[in-house]
Amino acid sequence: MSDGPPAIAVKGLVTRVGGRVLHDHLDFDVWPGEVLGVVGASGAGKSVLLRVLVGLIAPAAGRIEIFGTDLATLDRRRRREIEAHAGVLFQDGALFSSLTVAQNVAVPLRETLGLPERLIAEIAALKIALVGLPEDAAPKYPSELSGGMRKRAGLARALALDPKLLFLDEPTAGLDPIAAAEFDGLLVDLQRAQGFSVFLVTHDLDTLATTADRVAVLVDKGLIIGTIDELRRHPHPWLRAYFGGPRGTHRGSDHGNAR
Amino acid sequence: MAEATSWIEAERRGGRLVLRVGGPWLVNEVASLDRKLQALEAGEIAEVEIDGGAIDALDSVGAWLLLRTRRHFSERGLEVTIEALAPQFQALLAQVEKRRVGSPPSLIRRHSTVIDALALIGMNTIDLVMRGIEFLGFFGFFCVTLVGSWRHPGRIRMTALVVQMERTGVSAVPIVGLLSFLIGAVFAYQGADQLRRFGADIYAVNLLAVSVLRELGVILAAIIVAGRSGSAFTAEIGTMQVNEEIDAMRTLGLDPMEVLVLPRLFGLILTLPLLTFFANFMGLIGGGLVFWGLFDVPPPLFLQQLRGAVQGWTFWLGPVKAPFFAIAIALIGCHEGLRVSRSAESVGRLTTLSVVESIFLVIVIDAIFSLIFARLDV
Repeated sequence: MSDGPPAIAVKGLVTRVGGRVLHDHLDFDVWPGEVLGVVGASGAGKSVLLRVLVGLIAPAAGRIEIFGTDLATLDRRRRREIEAHAGVLFQDGALFSSLTVAQNVAVPLRETLGLPERLIAEIAALKIALVGLPEDAAPKYPSELSGGMRKRAGLARALALDPKLLFLDEPTAGLDPIAAAEFDGLLVDLQRAQGFSVFLVTHDLDTLATTADRVAVLVDKGLIIGTIDELRRHPHPWLRAYFGGPRGTHRGSDHGNAR
Repeated sequence: MAEATSWIEAERRGGRLVLRVGGPWLVNEVASLDRKLQALEAGEIAEVEIDGGAIDALDSVGAWLLLRTRRHFSERGLEVTIEALAPQFQALLAQVEKRRVGSPPSLIRRHSTVIDALALIGMNTIDLVMRGIEFLGFFGFFCVTLVGSWRHPGRIRMTALVVQMERTGVSAVPIVGLLSFLIGAVFAYQGADQLRRFGADIYAVNLLAVSVLRELGVILAAIIVAGRSGSAFTAEIGTMQVNEEIDAMRTLGLDPMEVLVLPRLFGLILTLPLLTFFANFMGLIGGGLVFWGLFDVPPPLFLQQLRGAVQGWTFWLGPVKAPFFAIAIALIGCHEGLRVSRSAESVGRLTTLSVVESIFLVIVIDAIFSLIFARLDV
């Protein structure tokens, strides 16, 4: 599945937030069908990187291509077309609190494709089932759901248009280990069947081990990219602390070799 | 992206319908595919073969559409098979097939029937009663705290009190002043314009004095404060509620009633009467200027007439009501803020409610005062 242009191609990306340089000339690609995990210390700019890639923050310099097209050069309509191929799951789901789960999933279907209402409802039911939510979750409001269910509902909305690229911002943060493992399983399941690329920001070592093909580590304003096993042997002190710390070692390497 | 379109061809071979499908079966094609499938005339057949060999792109919605088509035919008792689908799409088809898709949810809530309307009225009535009871409980709790702080005045937080007085009182001065001035001017003009027909335009001063001092000044000040500060109380306390700050306070042994409600309440009780004085003053100035400019009543004559009109208690009736309005506004603002659940949406809803309720209560209290004053003959 590695044909065609990269899902994301970043060259020389510089981001400044509040006068502070967060990313200093980043270069990386995410290939079609690849899951790239992004880790780094809190405040290193992982979420900011995600926001830059989805176009919420303008970079200070550099070039970002999504499926071979630089979004900055496009007009609004063409830009929207490309953006429809990318889904985003924000940290706590970012569901619209005044809409039910089904209505939330229906929003992109209605706004982007303008489908007839009957089809929208049918597809919303499909998406809700695909992310493993029970049927009775559809008419509920986000405030009536548990954290894990909110994330699943957010995933259903992000996947509503069957994007070829999915951005996830700490999808397992705040979930209990069982719910987190279930979410990882769901993600792998969906990703293998549908073949989308994933840009996954996370702190969770288990999520990385079960889902990511490659891992990008944001340290010293730059990126170190490699497979988990390569990074485990990397001499950088932050990486040694990350993988060699009490939470990184006790799992043993059998976990890291899963993929 | 110039995309090829998807297509469906139906072919009958005896009792067998062959649907040859192809092109991209993707979510953006689903509307036209659905239309073609709905228009399909099955006729007299016993078997259906869906030939997916020409499908060159498939996503989860496309896979679902294939499965839905198969289900539709099989529900009619027909033998259905999906053939020749490219191997890379099999996993997706299997995944969609294994999920139990629920019936389509209703996306629009309808309140069309009479029963729905009745249920809505019933629910709102119960809600109103419950809110009343809840507010009564809050009021009781507040009274207990009030007595407690009476016995231990050291527990009143002076810094917070001063901050609240500054926010609710001092910063409201410009807008209260401006609006009272304008209302006074408008009132003077309308009164004098009417009374001039009877040659009694000088008595418009009495009308102005009585209405501004007894009602307009204090009502105007109270309504502005309810809109500015009552809503701010709800929004501030509500946001703290969303952030679990109120819960944190309780676990630290701080009483939100003492820390949040009392300073706001005392601040308002102290500043609203002062704002009322100011509003009265500005209203009379506005009226006086209109009399002077448009009706040839010079300031000395205006003042003389004013002195005749303002007798006994009239001057004090407005400011006397102000603390009661202040209590209503502050208690409702704080109570609605504490009722906020953990969703951001409820902050907005309860802020609106808080302003509406406090203005309503201000007018009700004012009406009660009118009755009392009429009895007392002041």
